[in-house]
Amino acid sequence: MGSLQSSPSHPDYVDLAEKTGFSLEQISILHKRFKQLSHNEDKLRREHLDQITDLQANPIREQIVEAFFDKRNFYQDIEEPVNEINFENFLEVMSNFRPPSDNLSEEQLVKVRKEKLRFLFNMHDTDKDGTITLEEYRHVVEELLSYYEALENETARGIADAAMLEVASITRGHMEPDEFYEGITFEHFLKLLEGFEIESRMSIRFMNMDTTTLCKLECRSE
Amino acid sequence: MPARMSSRAPAGFCRSLPELGLLLLLVFVLLQGSVFPHGADASADTSHHGGDGCSSTHVKEINRTKKAFPVLSFEYEHIKTPFEVSIWVLFASLMKLGFHLVPRLSSIVPESCLLIVVGLLVGGLSKLIGDTELPKLDSKNFFLVLLPPIILDAGYFLPIRPFMENLGTILMFAVVGTLWNAFFIGSLLFAVCQIPAAGLTHLGLLSCLLFGSIISAVDPVAVLAVFEEIHINELLHILVFGESLLNDAVTVVLYHLFEEFSVFGPVTVLDGFLGVISFLVVALGGVLVGAIYGIVAAFTSRFTSHMRVIEPLFVFVYSYIAYLSAELFHLSGIMALIACGAVMRPYVEANISHKSHTTIKYFLKMWSSVSETLIFILLGVATVGGPHNWNWIFVTATVFLCLVARVMGVVGLTFIINKFRIVKLTTKDQFIVAYGGLRGAIAFSLGFLLEHEDEDMKHIFLTAIITVIFFTVFVQGMTIKPLVELLAVKKKQEAKRSINEEIHIQFLDHLLTGIEDICGHYGHHHWKDKLNRFNRKYVKKCLIAGERSKEPQLIAFYHKLEFKQAIQLVESGAGGKLSSALPSTVSIQNIQPKKPPPAPETRERVLPQLPKAREEEIRKILRSNLQRTRQRLRSYNRHTLVADPFEDGFSDLLKKQKMFELEKKIKEMNNYLSVPAATSDSPTLRRARLASDPQSYNVKPDADGVPTIQVELASPQSPDSVNIVNIVDEVKRDREKDEDMGLTMKPPSAPSKQGAEEDAKDQQKLMRCLSDPGPSADEGEDDPFLP
Repeated sequence: MGSLQSSPSHPDYVDLAEKTGFSLEQISILHKRFKQLSHNEDKLRREHLDQITDLQANPIREQIVEAFFDKRNFYQDIEEPVNEINFENFLEVMSNFRPPSDNLSEEQLVKVRKEKLRFLFNMHDTDKDGTITLEEYRHVVEELLSYYEALENETARGIADAAMLEVASITRGHMEPDEFYEGITFEHFLKLLEGFEIESRMSIRFMNMDTTTLCKLECRSE
Repeated sequence: MPARMSSRAPAGFCRSLPELGLLLLLVFVLLQGSVFPHGADASADTSHHGGDGCSSTHVKEINRTKKAFPVLSFEYEHIKTPFEVSIWVLFASLMKLGFHLVPRLSSIVPESCLLIVVGLLVGGLSKLIGDTELPKLDSKNFFLVLLPPIILDAGYFLPIRPFMENLGTILMFAVVGTLWNAFFIGSLLFAVCQIPAAGLTHLGLLSCLLFGSIISAVDPVAVLAVFEEIHINELLHILVFGESLLNDAVTVVLYHLFEEFSVFGPVTVLDGFLGVISFLVVALGGVLVGAIYGIVAAFTSRFTSHMRVIEPLFVFVYSYIAYLSAELFHLSGIMALIACGAVMRPYVEANISHKSHTTIKYFLKMWSSVSETLIFILLGVATVGGPHNWNWIFVTATVFLCLVARVMGVVGLTFIINKFRIVKLTTKDQFIVAYGGLRGAIAFSLGFLLEHEDEDMKHIFLTAIITVIFFTVFVQGMTIKPLVELLAVKKKQEAKRSINEEIHIQFLDHLLTGIEDICGHYGHHHWKDKLNRFNRKYVKKCLIAGERSKEPQLIAFYHKLEFKQAIQLVESGAGGKLSSALPSTVSIQNIQPKKPPPAPETRERVLPQLPKAREEEIRKILRSNLQRTRQRLRSYNRHTLVADPFEDGFSDLLKKQKMFELEKKIKEMNNYLSVPAATSDSPTLRRARLASDPQSYNVKPDADGVPTIQVELASPQSPDSVNIVNIVDEVKRDREKDEDMGLTMKPPSAPSKQGAEEDAKDQQKLMRCLSDPGPSADEGEDDPFLP
């Protein structure tokens, strides 16, 4: 892995910078990390992400990994199923976590918010049908609570049910007893998390300096 | 003062009573100052005239033989100090009451201003009378008695999450900002003092720097007093407030440093270096001391399950000892107190009973409130009483420089800080932060403590300090509220968090940690996650008793939310609004999937038997209702103040339930988290419900997975206990499912796992959330239960 490859003046970087909004330094660092994860190959596969030890303890690990291979998160249309991604796709997914730039107008802010919420929505909607059904939501809550050992399934389901009920109450208001609320659509999801300020909550600081060498990455022997 | 008071009050009779009371009190206070010390001699009791010579003894003997046995004697010296203290505390509290009786006053003028004015008046009055026995704002009393409750209250209820998220910013403001203020003010004042016209040339550089360090610190008491009333958004509140708490370390170090130096001459580089080290030691040492005591307190609370009565005592005493221990070593006592409260809180709250929790909350709020009131009143008194040395140039220069330094400091620091923040601080934010830099009684007490200065200098300093305090509290305190409105600063979010938001907060936490791991850099989330995992794995097992160490946050939140809603349901009654204020008729059945669940056998099962534990639970509830009166009497004996889980909320709730109409109750129940689960075919039960809403009982829900809130009300026609007994008999006879009497919140747990212990635990959970409406300043409970 030569240092020449990560020079900020790399022609592709400029392209990517425009598309995703990262700065050139950030892109080069992420590229380095990409190569580290994929063992210098061009394509990243699920197994590569599974190797990250810190990620193992994460309760929603599966959904996170899946999010990288979810075609809805890519800008261009790709044939399903996606088993390996290139650096551009990696960056596209990462760009959802970029903090909003300082001087955005109100509409741009709304747009950023919508994009981030869209990403979250896709994470929940595992069967890709455009709605988050009760089962899917239950799954989310169960995963979250699997973090804690002594848990009963019933409680998780209860919480998910109550949450679902809340969504229905907020969005649909009045429903006849025999009507059925199919699931949370994207519009409902937007309405639900309106006051949540997702644009600042769902951001991480991307480094302008290289700190990837500090992070340990355990390579399983192939 | 009497004239003013009566002109304020309208002609109503009820208004004159508190005024009368206050007048009487005032008279009392003045009397005590002027008359009583002389009156003590008039006592016929001869026990403390020990200093007199034999002539008085002779007189006494004559007195003794001559007079009859004193039936009623007057002895003031004996009780003087506690009596005066009590009178002052009472006076302060009555003042506080009085302000809220006057309708619009408290919304225009912040309480702190009013209290200072009262202090001024009292001081003025007593000076007119010529009495000099007023209590001074003694530094020792202030730092050891008056200040700790306020700080403990702040530290114990500190909102940890926003505090930690903004810790960097807060530290920057606290440390760098205070340093900047101190040096800027000190050095410029020295420059001003060099002007011959001021007549202040005897003030050396070090004295000015000392003064600068005293006056530079933002005061937590004043900030709390003012900011609590303006309800700005959480970020700004925590910034200013956190800064006021953390700058204590800087103040302590600077104060001691400059005091030493001003005595011992020139400063070397080594001294400066030692100063920096000293700062680190003071700050980190204070936090360490506090944390140690906090952990010990948490550990102690693990074993208090048999002696619930003294649980609050541990919290208070450990915290106070932590404060004193830190002061012992000249470490920062405030930081120790904050660290102690913040560290012990999550563990202690998991261990102690519900009543102790309420007790701690109320006591802390009460003490801190009284302390704050006393501080402001005494500040007013000290202003009138204290020796002053008014120097126009010095004072105006001080005030002006304070303002300028603050503004420059905030703007400059924000510029640097914004480079590192995700959520930037806007100009409006900066203005509020700068404007909220109030000075208060800590500065005054520190000035009082000055020993090495000559009297003249000390008085100049004190006068200037008081002027700055007055200026900030009055001018800035009064105008900050209209300014907040004018600038349309974001206010505190009153809306409670919904379950969905809570779920997503946790989801985002994990998501961002995962993304950081993938990116390969150890950021904020990574360390937070590591700390949480460490906490969960080791620390919680150590410090929290029993089962509760495993209760995850989301579930606790969910239970709390449900209980609150259930209580609101009960309390709101006819015509009341639910918290969501949405007229929705969505119920659980609407969201159930149409397809049968993967285990269709569970649905097919018609009427499961009433599990044994449920029976036991019903019997317990019955017992508690029938024994209501007996239990109430028993609870007066403080030695047997057992935390009876059923005494607390059930009896009250059931009583209230009787007052509401059944129909509206059921309808509202159906609106929200309704589960018409307990379908009964028993006629008694149907009668009991007076159901007008047939649809709620047609559906056989998938009751296993759904939490049930059943507001089962006793029918108004028949007496309470009899009906319930009937119902229970029916239930037992019919062997039906889920007849939860009264208000029961149970997370549906698999019947196989149920033991009485589980029930008791759940009941305890229920009890802990059926808390009294606390003061609204508490972070976790924004809205009182009673609408």
